Amino acid sequence: MKTVKSTLKPLAAAVLSGALLSTPAWAETAYVSNEKDDTLSIIDLDTMEVTATLDVGERPRGIIFNRDRTKLYICASDSDTVQIMDLKDHTIIGELPSGEDPEQFALHPDDRRLYIANEDDALVTVVDTVTFEVLAQVDVGVEPEGMAVSPDGKWALSTSETTNMVHWIDTETHELVDNTLVDQRPRHVEFNQQGDIVWVSAEIGGTVSVIDVDSRQITRKLTFNIKGIHPDKVQPVGVKLTDDGRYAFVALGPANHIAVVDAKTYEVLDYLLVGRRVWHMDFNSDQSMLLTTNGISGDVSVIDIDDMKVIKSIKVGRYPWGVRIKP
Amino acid sequence: MTFRDLLICFNGLLQRELLRFIHQRSRFFSALVRPLLWLVVFASGFRAALGIAIIEPYETYITYEVYIVPGLCAMIILFNGMQSSLSMVYDREMGSMRVLLISPMPRPFLLLAKLLATSLVSLLQVYGFLLIAWCWGVEAPLWGYLTALPAFLMVAMMLSAIGLFISAKIKQLENFAGVMNFVIFPMFFLSSALYPLWKMREANEWLYWVCAWNPFTHGVELIRFALYQQWHSEALIIVCLVTLVASVLAVTGFQPQQGMGKRSR
Repeated sequence: MKTVKSTLKPLAAAVLSGALLSTPAWAETAYVSNEKDDTLSIIDLDTMEVTATLDVGERPRGIIFNRDRTKLYICASDSDTVQIMDLKDHTIIGELPSGEDPEQFALHPDDRRLYIANEDDALVTVVDTVTFEVLAQVDVGVEPEGMAVSPDGKWALSTSETTNMVHWIDTETHELVDNTLVDQRPRHVEFNQQGDIVWVSAEIGGTVSVIDVDSRQITRKLTFNIKGIHPDKVQPVGVKLTDDGRYAFVALGPANHIAVVDAKTYEVLDYLLVGRRVWHMDFNSDQSMLLTTNGISGDVSVIDIDDMKVIKSIKVGRYPWGVRIKP
Repeated sequence: MTFRDLLICFNGLLQRELLRFIHQRSRFFSALVRPLLWLVVFASGFRAALGIAIIEPYETYITYEVYIVPGLCAMIILFNGMQSSLSMVYDREMGSMRVLLISPMPRPFLLLAKLLATSLVSLLQVYGFLLIAWCWGVEAPLWGYLTALPAFLMVAMMLSAIGLFISAKIKQLENFAGVMNFVIFPMFFLSSALYPLWKMREANEWLYWVCAWNPFTHGVELIRFALYQQWHSEALIIVCLVTLVASVLAVTGFQPQQGMGKRSR
């Protein structure tokens, strides 16, 4: 009996480990904000199907998790608030004083301070997510939209669509200390993993500027050229960088393509066809997959990063805007 | 007559088709150049023709090149099947058909074996084209190349049977060339090979119904779905039925003395 048991034990372990290994790497959940429907779509990334659609505030756009991914912050732009959703039961448990028309925001690494771009007021509002207090309001350029906080928490960056600038806010003093002029209508700003480089997309300019954080100067400017697509339609919006520093993905809006860029040489490697007016993106936890929100076609495209191919497009609500993936 | 005898006979026919295929290199290259011109030149110019829509069996948005590849595979099979039927008219006029029919094997077997041999030769051309398309960046799922094999074969059988039926009705080679124009081009253009049927419907409801009734459309769709590892029962049934009906009509209607009789007079 002892022999049988000792034989079965490793066998059972092998079967169990086999079962664990065979579990899809992307058994995760994606949250997608649908701007026109005032809803969030929840996608099971194992089955690649929408499992639920939740009502939220008016015109939800930017969405972000807290550090342990137990809460989701939602910019309900037309409700002029940031809603807090408890991810255990998907209920709204609170609302933060965001200032008017919040569109994008970024959470400080302290998991407490939320930096919100108020498009209509030319302000960045800093809110304490624990006390629900407004800690500061910083004047920036006209129509701020893109928002990012550096991995070391030192800088909060905002892009203003009309002033065409990146605004550097010191998170210690909450003062605007510098501006970097970029191309027309900067929509999004993204730090690399090390926090020494920042990528800024310019929608009308059709470019992505790569900025050195120390000097706050542009070191490289990327342009995009897709065969058969008029240059006017190439309007970069969302940018995502892989943690290993290999790739940058740039959503090219009405060009309906994602540009795959070598993040070391800045060479455009490929253009991947997705749905209409591709806007923002997010990686799954092991960064083997990238999801894109396609506003006009009302779907989310799934990119397999290892194969660098679009493998599926999943119908969600009207005008999907932001996407976040929870392991 | 044993199964071995039948196999020897089929082997002989297959080898003849293969030899003809190998010796007529220009035929092989023209069979490849035609779809490649469509893929490289036409598809590049018509990138926007497809519009933005996800259609089955595709899971996401595709470029026009990706869309037309199954149709171009079917085009290769169509041309090859018809060309092979043309060769039967030629054989009949030249008298070599008599040599084939001297064989003690039943005539239906000889004709169906010829259909199968022609179909197998078509497969070589199709896979040659798919390889070049793959190098051009149009890739199907890897297993799809295998799952599409029976679909290619069935469509090739269907088109060869149709070709054989038509050739059975042709008295002279000159007439056949005319029929080619009236069969191949309408069959190809009035199908889902170049444009999805919903797009055709947007333009003209009548044209849509003509396309929907065209057996070639179902052949294209059977290939398209099989290439993406999906099942299309409706297309499968229609392809099988048309193959059966065309084969029966061709075999029963085949008169080897046509043409030859005229020569002997």
